[in-house]
Amino acid sequence: MVLKVMSANQAIAEAVKLANPNVIPVYPITPQTTISEYLAKFVADGDIKAEYIRVESEHSAISACLGASGTGVRVFTATSSQGLALMHEIIFAAAGLRAPIVMADANRALSAPLSIWNDQQDSISERDSGWMQIYAENGQEALDSILISYRVSEDKKVLLPSMVCIDGFILTHTVEPVDVPGKEDVDKFLPLYKPDHAYLDPKRPMSIGTFTDPNYYMEARHDMEVALEGAKKVITKANSEFAEIFGRKYDFVEKYRSDDADIILVAMGSICSSIKDVVDELRDKGEKVGLVRVRVFRPFPTDEIYEAIKGASKIGVLDKNVSFSIGGVLHNEIKAKMDVDAYGFIVGLGGRDIKPEHIKEIIEKTKNPTTQSQWIGLNKEDI
Amino acid sequence: MIEVRFHGRGGQGAVTAAEILAKAAFEDGKYCQAFPFFGVERRGAPVMAFTRIDDKPIRRRYQVYNPDYVVVLDDGLLEVVDVFSGLKNEGKIIINTTNGVETTEGADIHKVDATGIALDILGVPIVNTILLGAFAAVTDAVSIESIVKIIKETFSGEIGEKNAKAAKLAYEAAKEG
Repeated sequence: MVLKVMSANQAIAEAVKLANPNVIPVYPITPQTTISEYLAKFVADGDIKAEYIRVESEHSAISACLGASGTGVRVFTATSSQGLALMHEIIFAAAGLRAPIVMADANRALSAPLSIWNDQQDSISERDSGWMQIYAENGQEALDSILISYRVSEDKKVLLPSMVCIDGFILTHTVEPVDVPGKEDVDKFLPLYKPDHAYLDPKRPMSIGTFTDPNYYMEARHDMEVALEGAKKVITKANSEFAEIFGRKYDFVEKYRSDDADIILVAMGSICSSIKDVVDELRDKGEKVGLVRVRVFRPFPTDEIYEAIKGASKIGVLDKNVSFSIGGVLHNEIKAKMDVDAYGFIVGLGGRDIKPEHIKEIIEKTKNPTTQSQWIGLNKEDI
Repeated sequence: MIEVRFHGRGGQGAVTAAEILAKAAFEDGKYCQAFPFFGVERRGAPVMAFTRIDDKPIRRRYQVYNPDYVVVLDDGLLEVVDVFSGLKNEGKIIINTTNGVETTEGADIHKVDATGIALDILGVPIVNTILLGAFAAVTDAVSIESIVKIIKETFSGEIGEKNAKAAKLAYEAAKEG
């Protein structure tokens, strides 16, 4: 293993180079832009043998992805925030047409007020689309998750698109040591994409994405539900083969000092790195606290999360998103699916920095709850 | 863990400086992390960038609030940003300036005429690599050899050579100063 210091955006681009998609339609948007720049360079230098399409919007980027994927080739795109929101219409179509697109989302707040900074509202707002979603904690996981996502998305038992979510700036623009795997190992894990389902081929004319009357629509959507739930087995197998080849073991959730914990925090993405430091500090003082990081958000790993948190007396769930009038989405999904004593905390919207004192405040408020859901880190004088 | 905060303006190279420092520390055998905090996206706006260096992998991802070292690329920022904010008691601050610097906190201030060196050697007032040379001289956080190596990797050809020369000159000057 040779570590190189790079940003998560570069790590994503290196992963795409290794996966070698045939078509890359991308529209740049902060903080995703350097992904599109690295990929343009790789294609121009001949390091990726792909058609790089400079589209005029994100709606066109994902539409071109869907069209290209419909011809049975591997595709990649990346976006963020307003770009993902503009894709919304085709996001649902891509899942419904069972296109195994892999996309990176540089998590950024949605307007208004306009913000270029991080939260996870953009991708969380696409949670009902039928896409798989992985939230990476660091640059290494960003790279690895692209490879795993292609493997899972292209599996004929799944055939659903994947979104690899990386926190804007906090990961996209942070350089740290990352291992870029060798091409031979990647080819073992992720062979060339050979579709054997419906795809467009002039020699075998057909149409896909046709009008569907009420006799068929529900069955198509039900198939997606079955496929997404069934993806869990495929993800498990991909994770274990990935670990065999590359030595890094991923799972639906990551348990950090949570087995005997009395208080467990649950969160997604880069904030988990800061939480681990706080958990270590409090453990040194004898406090039984732990972290359960939800890595795969769709398909929703109900059993894995429940197994990881059921032993705790109280649970604090951090959300970098809000569904107004009901609270954080991860918190509400955990409450809906599990009989646990869980409290919700809205944090880090629009790039509000989450400091150790905020994490400690959340742990204290989880121990002594006064309300089901609350916002942490607000400037009191501005309310 | 060593924590460093860079203050610059958009386009001055504070983010690149933070990344070169991280890569140089990694070259020295340390773990590293560097990341920017942009204000509004335009040239001239105040920008911060951060570097962390440690003997073990670095996890925490919040901004640096109590830096061991601060590097200021533009002394005009002294009037608009509290560059001393949270600086540790034994901390050091390296400022690109030829003027007097007022502080009430007794910080260990190292003044570098980085703009002068830049105009002499590079012909343009780009000071980020020069301040890294001075940084290597006044701290034990990183070696000048690694700084020079990463500068040459970051900027190819003549630009890399000139930046490396300027960084070494700033290093020698700060060692003597």
